[in-house]
Amino acid sequence: MDLSTAGILGLDGVTNGAVYALLALATVLVFAVTRVIFIPQGEFVAYGALTLALLQLGKVPGTVWLLVALAVVAALIDLVDAIRRGLPAAAMLRGALRTLVAPGIVAALTVWAAPQKLHLLAQSAITLAIVTLLGPLVYRLAYQRLADATVLVLLIVSVGVHFALTGLGLVFFGAEGFRNPSFWEARFSAGAITLSGQTVIIFIASIVLIVGLFLFFERTLRGKALRATAVNRLGARLMGISTSGAGKLSFGLAAFIGALSGLLIGPTTTIFYDSGFLIGLKGFVAAIFGALASYPAAALGALLVGVLESFSSFYASAFKEVIVFTLIIPVLLWRSFQRGHDDEEE
Amino acid sequence: MKTIRLIAAAAAGLGALAATPALADLTIGVSISLTGPTSALGIPTKNGIALWPKEIGGEKLNVIVLDDATDPTLAVKNARKFITEDKVDIIVGSVATPVAAAMADVATEGKTVQLMLSPVNLPEGRGGWSFRMPQSTAVMAIPIVEQWKKLGVKTYGFLGYADAYGEAWLKDITPLTEKAGIKQVVVERFARTDSSVTGQALKLVAANPDAILVVASGSGAAMPHKGLVERGYAKGKIYQTHGAATMDLIRVGGADVEGSFVSSGPAVVAEKLPDSNASKVLGVQFKNQFEAVNGKGSANQFAAHAFDVVLVLQKAVPLALKKGKPGTAEFRAALKDAFETMGRTPVSQGVLNWTATDHFGYTPETGVLLKIVSGDWQVVN
Repeated sequence: MDLSTAGILGLDGVTNGAVYALLALATVLVFAVTRVIFIPQGEFVAYGALTLALLQLGKVPGTVWLLVALAVVAALIDLVDAIRRGLPAAAMLRGALRTLVAPGIVAALTVWAAPQKLHLLAQSAITLAIVTLLGPLVYRLAYQRLADATVLVLLIVSVGVHFALTGLGLVFFGAEGFRNPSFWEARFSAGAITLSGQTVIIFIASIVLIVGLFLFFERTLRGKALRATAVNRLGARLMGISTSGAGKLSFGLAAFIGALSGLLIGPTTTIFYDSGFLIGLKGFVAAIFGALASYPAAALGALLVGVLESFSSFYASAFKEVIVFTLIIPVLLWRSFQRGHDDEEE
Repeated sequence: MKTIRLIAAAAAGLGALAATPALADLTIGVSISLTGPTSALGIPTKNGIALWPKEIGGEKLNVIVLDDATDPTLAVKNARKFITEDKVDIIVGSVATPVAAAMADVATEGKTVQLMLSPVNLPEGRGGWSFRMPQSTAVMAIPIVEQWKKLGVKTYGFLGYADAYGEAWLKDITPLTEKAGIKQVVVERFARTDSSVTGQALKLVAANPDAILVVASGSGAAMPHKGLVERGYAKGKIYQTHGAATMDLIRVGGADVEGSFVSSGPAVVAEKLPDSNASKVLGVQFKNQFEAVNGKGSANQFAAHAFDVVLVLQKAVPLALKKGKPGTAEFRAALKDAFETMGRTPVSQGVLNWTATDHFGYTPETGVLLKIVSGDWQVVN
């Protein structure tokens, strides 16, 4: 192998690694706050890329109807809860409205905007809004009641949610794949290495998001509340932090990060309704590097996964996935030696 | 208590009525992948089945379609149900290779003919009751290798799915190219959901073979194709297989697939074939019929296989009816004999000639080489 090949492979690996890093961060975030191992993280990637693809075709994506349906069900459940607890009618209505307003506005906007074939950026914004709003609703319907269940129960629910979302993806987007237009067609060459505009955007977006998350957790009250919930749920509750609110917020962030990742890689590869799973799993492998707790370690792990994947596809393409996923074993060994046999859970 | 028992009895009675078709109906059990990884193949097949006629050979047609979710276990369960409960005369399916292969043993055990919608290679002695509707990869490799011979290609690279489809192509094209003196220089693999093929493309392009064969299906074939072009490989030297011969390749591949070649069955390009081609009339008929319902440009090879099932049955069922009534073991055995002895049968996807020893049966003239020119197919002579 010469230097230019190594350079091209390295660049490709770091590009994919940047996307895995975003997903790894989302996985760590969700696990830290809610103890949910969020397998469906990848589905948001596919939903993001494919929702944009359908908007590009001038069609109303099925994810909008999913959003509306989930919001209505969540509002109904809230209403039933409120009636049981005997809340006043005004409070009930306010609760239901709060659940329905944002999805309603986004749905109306999408139905209006879809046939107009707006600018790519406007369509991307709509896509982000749709998928981000799905996050809290998924938490509300699938996990909130089980918030205190064991990690294993939550994992099993995650598997169920994953299958449900993949199946719905097939209904919404069909079995064939889509490739989105590039956000920036520019190309920069340096010797054998060509940097495409899309790659630059991936790097910039990843860095901005990582810095943004850092500031969010360090500087804002909501971010600090999330961190507090991650450290100690009961303690956070005693301090007046709503753990279900924290759960919804973390799922919203995870969905946003997923959709953004989808928009970022949509122009570089063909995305199918089930593409997200594998991408999400690689983010998960990266998150294991950080023991599902450390953000910087997870991000570094993601870059390693990306580069390893790229080089193994050059040396032994038939065993690429085997190599990437086998990586998890030495990492787990190292992690368990480092920590010894302490707590199982909690 | 009494009412409950009564309802249960009534329900059981209704169930029995629904499950056993009126005698002498021709019953076909279809198990295809409507969900799971190969749903892209199963869904157009189902649309093709929706256009099946009401009767074949004067027998009322009774079709049961089940989804096997691309899962061999589920497909075997479906096949067993077809044989024991529905007492079907013919099993059709599945569209995925490993899934269809799993069903073959059940078909043999139940002595029921299976029409596979996937080109399954089975070891000697297995699949005695299974016939393939799609062309074998060996037949579809012929037009590609012929073209290479004509152009004087000396070396080629292989970039294929890391699954049974990729494996079958590698196994079938290797002897053909060896005979023609064309050397295989690099073999690389990838998966449909991979986010890039940069590594594989680098290696292939560095070896600089005279041609590269991409083995993939549908829109999944576009990503490796674009990857090769991005690394500077000439578009006109890239060849795709019949699994990629759908408009999805052109839709996703765009300008990068212009000028590339695709091996295909005749149905997809029926109207562009020379009149001498035996499949032209049938292919045009299929395309018109299918696109009238499903929209222009929707016809593909998977729907064509469903169309061809009817054609072979229209020829074989009258022969089998002389020996037995549908729903009986005699009829099922007679159907197998009819398939093996009915001889040359043109269908929309080529010319079939099943014999007792060859259950693939497509004749070498079946495959057509296409070139992508301004976003459409052009037949290469």
